[in-house]
Amino acid sequence: MSHDVILFLATFLASAVEAVEALTIVLAVGVVRGWRSTLFGVGAATLVLGAFVVGLGPALQQIPIDALRFVVGALLLAFGLQWLRKAILRASGYKPLHDEAEAFMRERAQAGAVAASGSAQIDWYSFTVAFKGVLLEGLEVAFIVVSFGATQGRLGLAAAAAAAAGVLVVVAGLLVRGPLERVPENTLKFVVGVLLTSFGVFWGAEGAGVEWPGGDVAILAVIGYVSLVSLILVRVLRRRRLAYRPAGARA
Amino acid sequence: MRYVRSFGRFWWNFIVGDDWRVAAGLAVAFALTWLLGRNGVEAWWVLPVAVPLLLLEAVWREARATAD
Repeated sequence: MSHDVILFLATFLASAVEAVEALTIVLAVGVVRGWRSTLFGVGAATLVLGAFVVGLGPALQQIPIDALRFVVGALLLAFGLQWLRKAILRASGYKPLHDEAEAFMRERAQAGAVAASGSAQIDWYSFTVAFKGVLLEGLEVAFIVVSFGATQGRLGLAAAAAAAAGVLVVVAGLLVRGPLERVPENTLKFVVGVLLTSFGVFWGAEGAGVEWPGGDVAILAVIGYVSLVSLILVRVLRRRRLAYRPAGARA
Repeated sequence: MRYVRSFGRFWWNFIVGDDWRVAAGLAVAFALTWLLGRNGVEAWWVLPVAVPLLLLEAVWREARATAD
């Protein structure tokens, strides 16, 4: 039960972060160049992503569970550490915070700078940018859905979490009709980094033949431990940054 | 050939990212976990030790580079 809740939460949050990024691109292109070709691009990317999940999910379920957990755990850990490293650097001030409003303005300026085609034709710029944005961000979601779902035998639950996140973000995007700058994206990325890293540690070790003390409940301890380590690193780096700031800047 | 290269680059960026040292450290930690487990030694602690060390090394290096 607790495993299902954590799996749903992790997939939901990771999918929401990626959906915000994809929606920012789609909104920027759609607003400037029109919606027809942009939505064709979104539709085509969604079809490719759906085929990826439907094709790969059942195939992965045929692989022995330990081998699958090892491969998925190692991939999740590598993936999760990338998120966590960047989130720690952002939270401690060593990396600028990801700003969806700025990303929206940049995409909008780029879209406006390219000449549009006639209204009856497909605007290949809109199609390509929307397709690429949704496909790349969606591929990360699909990877998380497939790996979480197949490893736990809960592909449906993971896909439902991703779909719920997608719907929520799209509805919010339509309501505000602009970048979702009020979504605490950097905090979400931090939480997702912790969850991906924790599941990576847990499944990767299990796949390598480890038996965790306490069995499945150990995942909760791993999540707590990774959170604590990350928060300590943020605190240490923040102090270091403040200590190295010029005297005038500290006043 | 160009497509094969960009396909490979996409997956490299997707999985390894911009810091290959972390991925290499993880490979060593997984190998150690597997070896210890195979020889009947408790190995659940290896990854929980490796993860903070790898994170610390990666963020510290990047923080130093930013400060310099």
